[in-house]
Amino acid sequence: MSTEQEVLSAQQLDELIDLIKKFHGFDFSCYSKASLKRRVIRIMQNKKQTFYDLKHTLVNNQHFFQEFLDEITVNVTEMFRDPSFYKAINNQVIPYLSTYQHIKIWSAGCSSGEEVYSLAILMNETGLSKKSFIYGTDINTEMLKEARKGIYSLKKIKSYAENYQYSGLKGSLTDHFTIMYDAATVHSELKHNTLFSVHNLVSDAIFNEFQLISCRNVFIYFESELQEKILELFYNSLAPLGFLCMGSKETIRSDKFKKKFKVINSKENIYQKIVS
Amino acid sequence: MSVDNNIIAHWKRSEFLLIGGSAGSFKLIFNIVKNFNADLDKAVIIIIHRKKNFFSEIEKLFAENSRISLKEIRDKEVIRKNTIYIAPANYHTLIEKNGSFGLDVSEAIWYSRPSIDVTFESAAEAFKGRCTAILLSGANQDGAQGLLKLRDNGCLTIAQNPEEAEMPQMPFAAIEIKAAEYILNSEEIFGLLQQ
Repeated sequence: MSTEQEVLSAQQLDELIDLIKKFHGFDFSCYSKASLKRRVIRIMQNKKQTFYDLKHTLVNNQHFFQEFLDEITVNVTEMFRDPSFYKAINNQVIPYLSTYQHIKIWSAGCSSGEEVYSLAILMNETGLSKKSFIYGTDINTEMLKEARKGIYSLKKIKSYAENYQYSGLKGSLTDHFTIMYDAATVHSELKHNTLFSVHNLVSDAIFNEFQLISCRNVFIYFESELQEKILELFYNSLAPLGFLCMGSKETIRSDKFKKKFKVINSKENIYQKIVS
Repeated sequence: MSVDNNIIAHWKRSEFLLIGGSAGSFKLIFNIVKNFNADLDKAVIIIIHRKKNFFSEIEKLFAENSRISLKEIRDKEVIRKNTIYIAPANYHTLIEKNGSFGLDVSEAIWYSRPSIDVTFESAAEAFKGRCTAILLSGANQDGAQGLLKLRDNGCLTIAQNPEEAEMPQMPFAAIEIKAAEYILNSEEIFGLLQQ
C-alpha cells in the first residue's frame, strides 16, 4: 500500500502561517486547514514553486504577498447569491428595518462588493435608500479598490441577473447599472450609501453599531473557535434586536451564542439578537 | 476484474464510502442509497453535480427511500457512521483531518461546484486507506484526479464500467490515468455494497 509524498505537509503549512504572521501581520492560524492548504498548493502549482521557493518569495517580495493574499482569500462572490435569501430578507426583515430612522448595515468579508451593492439595490427597491448606509469590509485592500469602483463585466452581470430574477424583486438587475461596452457600472446613487474599508475579523475590533450584519460564506473558512470569537464581535456590534445573516450552509454552532440569538429563518440562517 | 475476495475485504474494512457522479448517475445513486442495509456501519458521502438556484428534491427523495439517516452537509459538521451525507449545490465539500466537513465557495473545477476532485483529494489525506470510492457516469473528467490520489493513498477505488455508463467520459478519464483499481458494472457495484 503506497502512500504518496504530500506536496505540502501539515507541518509545512503551519510554518507558512507562522511566517506570514511575522512578516505580514495576517493571522491564518485559525483558518480551516483543508481549504487553506488547497489554496496554497494551488499557488505553488501555478507558480511552479517548491515549498522553499514559496517561503523565500513570501519573505523577500512584498508585491508577491498581495498576489498570495488574493489567491488564498477566496474572492468568489455573486450579486444576489442565494436569491431565496434576499426574498427572505425582503419579507421578514425589511418590514422591521423600515421602522427605524437610520439603518446601518455591515457586510463583513465583502470582497469585490457584490453583496454590498445587492443590499443597496434591495434597499433602493424597498424605498429605504435614503435612510440606509452600508459598510463593506474586507482584509484585502485590492479587493476593496475593486468594490469601490463597482464595475463588473457583462458576463458576470448576466449570471447575476439570473439570480436577481429569482429574488422576487421587480424590474431587472440592469436597471441599477450603466452599461458601456463590455462592462456595467453601479449607479452612483447606490454608491453614495456605501463605504468600503479594511477590517480584519480575526484581529480588529468593533467600529459601529448596526441594525443588520451580513457575513455570508466567510465563517466556512474559519475553525470553530475563531467562529465563536467573531460571533462575540458581531453580537457586540448589533443594536438590540439587530439581525445577523449567515451563509445558507453556515449555522451558529456555539451553545453560548445559540442562546443569544433567535432564529428568524432556519433555511436562510437569519438570526436576531436577543436582549437579555 | 470482477468482485473478488480482495475487494470484498477492503470494502468491509472501509469506514467511509465516497460516491461521485454526474450526468446519468442519478438513478444508480438512488438505487445504491435505497439498498443500503440499516446496519451499514459506515459514513457515506455523495457528490453529485447539480445546478445552483434550483431547489432540488434529491435529499427528500433519497431520505424517504433510505434505511439510514440522510442529510445535506453543513459547514463543520462532524462525520458520523450510519449516515449518508449529500454535498450541497454551489459549494465545494472538503474533509478536515479531524473528521469534520469544511465548505468552500472557490472557483468551479471542470465547471462543477461541488467538484468531485476537491472532495476526493481532501478525503485521500484525511481518510488514507480507510475508505472506498466509486466514480460513476458523467460527461466530464471531474473526479479522475481525485480518485487517483485516493488510490495512491491506499483507498479502494472503483470506476463504473464506461461501456454501460450512460455518460462514459467520467469513469473513462479515471481508468485512463489508472485511478481505478476495479472497473465494475452497476450490478456488481450493488452486489459489493450488499456485502
